[in-house]
Amino acid sequence: MTHLTRRKLFTLAAGAGTLAVAANLPRTANATPEEAQKAISEFTGGKEPQSGKITLTAPEIAENGNTVPISISVESEMTGDDFVESVTLMAEGNPNPEVATFLFTPLSGRAEATTRIRLAKTQNVVAVAKMSDGSVYSDRKEVKVTIGGCGG
Amino acid sequence: MAAPRIRVKVPSSASAGEVITIKTLISHEMESGQRKDKDGNTIPREIINNFTCEFNGTKVFECQLDPAISSNPYFEFYAKVPESGTFKFTWQDDNGETYTEEKDIEVS
Amino acid sequence: MKKTAILLTGVVTLTTLALAPRVLADPVDEALTIDGQEIITTAPAPTEPEGHPFDEVRSGWLYREPDTRSMEADSFENPGMLAVERGEEIWNTAEGEAGQSCASCHEDASEFLKGVGASYPKWDEASGKPINIELFINKHREEKMGAEAYKFDEDAQKDLTAFIKNQSLGIPVEIDLSEGDMMSWWEEGKERYYLRTGQLNLSCATCHEQNNGRYIRADHLSQGNTNGFPTYRLKQGALVSLHNRFRGCIRDTRAEFPDAFSDELMALEVYTAWRGGGLSVETPAVRQ
Repeated sequence: MTHLTRRKLFTLAAGAGTLAVAANLPRTANATPEEAQKAISEFTGGKEPQSGKITLTAPEIAENGNTVPISISVESEMTGDDFVESVTLMAEGNPNPEVATFLFTPLSGRAEATTRIRLAKTQNVVAVAKMSDGSVYSDRKEVKVTIGGCGG
Repeated sequence: MAAPRIRVKVPSSASAGEVITIKTLISHEMESGQRKDKDGNTIPREIINNFTCEFNGTKVFECQLDPAISSNPYFEFYAKVPESGTFKFTWQDDNGETYTEEKDIEVS
Repeated sequence: MKKTAILLTGVVTLTTLALAPRVLADPVDEALTIDGQEIITTAPAPTEPEGHPFDEVRSGWLYREPDTRSMEADSFENPGMLAVERGEEIWNTAEGEAGQSCASCHEDASEFLKGVGASYPKWDEASGKPINIELFINKHREEKMGAEAYKFDEDAQKDLTAFIKNQSLGIPVEIDLSEGDMMSWWEEGKERYYLRTGQLNLSCATCHEQNNGRYIRADHLSQGNTNGFPTYRLKQGALVSLHNRFRGCIRDTRAEFPDAFSDELMALEVYTAWRGGGLSVETPAVRQ
């Protein structure tokens, strides 16, 4: 390294981030994709989810892992005999992979829901839908969770 | 903790069979059970663990929540309204408390 | 949009510098309307007194990602509005020996408070200092209501302050520097703004003036305007007051941080409120 003087460098030593204790982010050992897989398998009764029908919408980069907006949407007529029973959300890198499970009925009209979730780090979020005929579908998105420059 | 504050957005009217958007927000810390206090003791988990929406006594939507839901839980979902009636929203707290809110809708 | 993270070196020594690519990510050019109320998110910088570093002042909203922006744009989805509603309840609740509420004297809150939140901090003749909304509330609680002053950052203080400021939603910030000794507090605040502090040797200006528009890791640095405080911060999942943020920023430079409402931070509030003059009150803004 030579001659780094007063150019418009903007450099910070790390540490600010470690001062942050206020956030309610999970901080213990993280889950693994295997654990999430196991939880999904329990949800589907061992069935392997197919792709399609379900769409998971999540930001590519979350501004803060403590509040990440997330939506799921499943293609379905949502009539008396053809509807989405439930959708479960899993976060592969959180201390516990379970995030939430949505239960729908024909009165739901549409199998869509939006909520806000906590993600401890950059990871895959998985949504799995269980249909009234027993078939299962899934979608997966990676959400990058970055630590802000300021721990404050 | 003071009683949670609830906000629910339901249209006041709709046509029969219309699918409407519902939004709900409740003030709640959603203490994850993963945090430690200043002395290093784990702060016990206390979250809203379940949310349901019913219309005239029939379930429309339910969510089972884990600690990975953010504080002040927010939901946006849909409902098909066949007739005039009342939506009932129920949040279940880990501490045993139940919080409810009702909204009427006029269907023509 | 290309994002460039500023490298963090992980060591304190300032000789270990990491080169940051000098890519500037512009804030978005987008209009903000909340409940039909147009919000001024860019304005010509105040010209009096002279010396504003920017031609144009910009709301921090323009620096946020789409999800965060839309959370503020829809007042229903903004969780900060829960606090505003709690603040309204406090406004109408009698407390203290006099058995009075705010509403006992100031009946029509939305009329009476219109513009109030845009005009603070203000000169307070009695104390010979500028006061902000929080101190104004405490003064009235003690002098008029016979109630105890709120402790710094207790929920009721943040909620009531947010309610009061929210009644000025959309109104441009304009503080009166001609009253009393406001100018010397402005001078003090300016000095504080450019003062480098802490082991990291940073001033407010390092981030919010010289490097606004760049990134510190994932944070898109704004001009650091104060028009949205108390602000709902995604990180805390709660309202964050201005003096809490001041202290947080100073702490992050690894410096000792002053007390809330100390002369030092009140001077900084006067100066930063002036810097953001012309921007609409956005309380409760939503930030990362």
